[in-house]
Amino acid sequence: MKKSFRAMFYTPYMMWLALFVIAPVGLIVYYSFFNISHQFTFDNYATFFRSGTYLTMTANSVLYAFLITLISLLISYPMALVISKLKHRDLWILLVILPTWINLLLKAYAFIGLLSHDGLVNNLFELVGLPAQHMLFTDTSFILVASYIQIPFMILPIYNSLTDISDSYIKASHDLGATNWQTLTKIIIPMTMPGIKSGVQIVFIPSLSLFMLSRLIGGNKIITLGTAVEEHFLTTMNWGMGSTIGVVLIISMVVVMLFTNTKRKRGRN
Amino acid sequence: MSNRSSKLGKIYIVIIFLLLYMPILYLIIYSFSKGTTMTNFRGFSLTHYGELFHDKRMLAIFLDTILIALLSSVFSTIIGTLGALGISNAKRERSRQTLLSLNNILLVSPDVIMGASFLIFFTSLKVPLGFWSVLLSHIAFEIPIVVLMVLPRLDEMSPSLINAATDLGATSGQVLSRVVLPFIQPGIIAGFFMAITYSLDDFAVTFFVTGNGFTTLSVEIYSRARQGISLEINALAGIMFVFSLILVIVYYFIENHNLVSRRKKDKLGVANQ
Repeated sequence: MKKSFRAMFYTPYMMWLALFVIAPVGLIVYYSFFNISHQFTFDNYATFFRSGTYLTMTANSVLYAFLITLISLLISYPMALVISKLKHRDLWILLVILPTWINLLLKAYAFIGLLSHDGLVNNLFELVGLPAQHMLFTDTSFILVASYIQIPFMILPIYNSLTDISDSYIKASHDLGATNWQTLTKIIIPMTMPGIKSGVQIVFIPSLSLFMLSRLIGGNKIITLGTAVEEHFLTTMNWGMGSTIGVVLIISMVVVMLFTNTKRKRGRN
Repeated sequence: MSNRSSKLGKIYIVIIFLLLYMPILYLIIYSFSKGTTMTNFRGFSLTHYGELFHDKRMLAIFLDTILIALLSSVFSTIIGTLGALGISNAKRERSRQTLLSLNNILLVSPDVIMGASFLIFFTSLKVPLGFWSVLLSHIAFEIPIVVLMVLPRLDEMSPSLINAATDLGATSGQVLSRVVLPFIQPGIIAGFFMAITYSLDDFAVTFFVTGNGFTTLSVEIYSRARQGISLEINALAGIMFVFSLILVIVYYFIENHNLVSRRKKDKLGVANQ
């Protein structure tokens, strides 16, 4: 194809790359060196690393994201395993995908009702004889709701890697006298590592920044990296500090990606 | 042994499915309640749907949301398809990998980072926050998913198709419109649908770049939910559930149709060899 013709393809896409991918990341890094009155400074980073509040917040945020990832992995792996063995597995996996098409805010809002003092969960507790709990605006409820939202995104990559395993491996393992448990731990789980890794990546990174959930379900008590960025940008208008936290968030994202890098891409279908 | 474990497995997935769907069903059931709270169901009524349909503000927001979703998906599909063509044309493997990694940055980066960086970007360019900033952001974060949907189709296409067309005297434009585009069309349609769902689903990025005047459904739900329960949101959830159900069905219908026609084509391909 002619050069000019090819350039026509590239231009809009390259402009997008420059303007909406590279420039914004550059701007965040740039802004992180300015204080609230637009003077160049390293103070934001100094504040971040010296003050206990920011470091505790970062540690908490990582811990929350870790727990959310762990819970969704523990629930999702058996789920994916069972679904991959069902007869109409395409249909069942479609049922897993369907809730992801419902707006996240609506799902979070449902939990405000479910977890409220007279809500369904407390009604069930009373049926079993437990006293009504105060569940909304606690750490536990935040972690559980976040895991609920992330579960389908964890199931999908694991399911995909499970269906990639050829049946002959399982048969060979049984022929060689392995028990079901041995087959699972020695064959299936190692072979689905890429799926687990991309599931962890898809769940962990957004979990660091679920500010709408920590606002709606966690009350204002739970401050994650995402909540802090939102607050600095939209409430206190201290963009410099917000960008600094943003840079920390970007760095943690890169670290997670290095640990979990596989060739699989994020996708919902 | 394996029988018992498969039974246990079935019980397990039924429980998880119940948990997955319970919040959604709970929302929808209460949208039909006469009461005003999401506790104690007070008998069937359609009042909240009535309220919703007479809520002029909500209707305007709904139309804005759809407009943003459609416009942004059209633009992102065009730019994303061109980008995919560009990436697949990249001569060296290395530049292809670099382009792909750059492409995927927005897909993996947390929503708040995207929102915050776009906010800085628009303010430093003095783009007013509102319809245009939201539209541009949506186009921006939909492009990479379109690329990822189109690229596999382009990779499947054998170069001999293009060579044959050129040998038969087709110009570059003709190769593109007669050979390449029809071949990758399924990928383009899938990309368009994914772009629509990304747009409808987005909350965080819109929340950052929307300013004061303009609102989408997600942002409106957020601000109403922060004020507490209003069963009008439940009615909205009911309608949006039906809406996404229709989208899913249409999407899978198209996908399956593609699959079937692709299989047919593959068979023809085998026959021709």
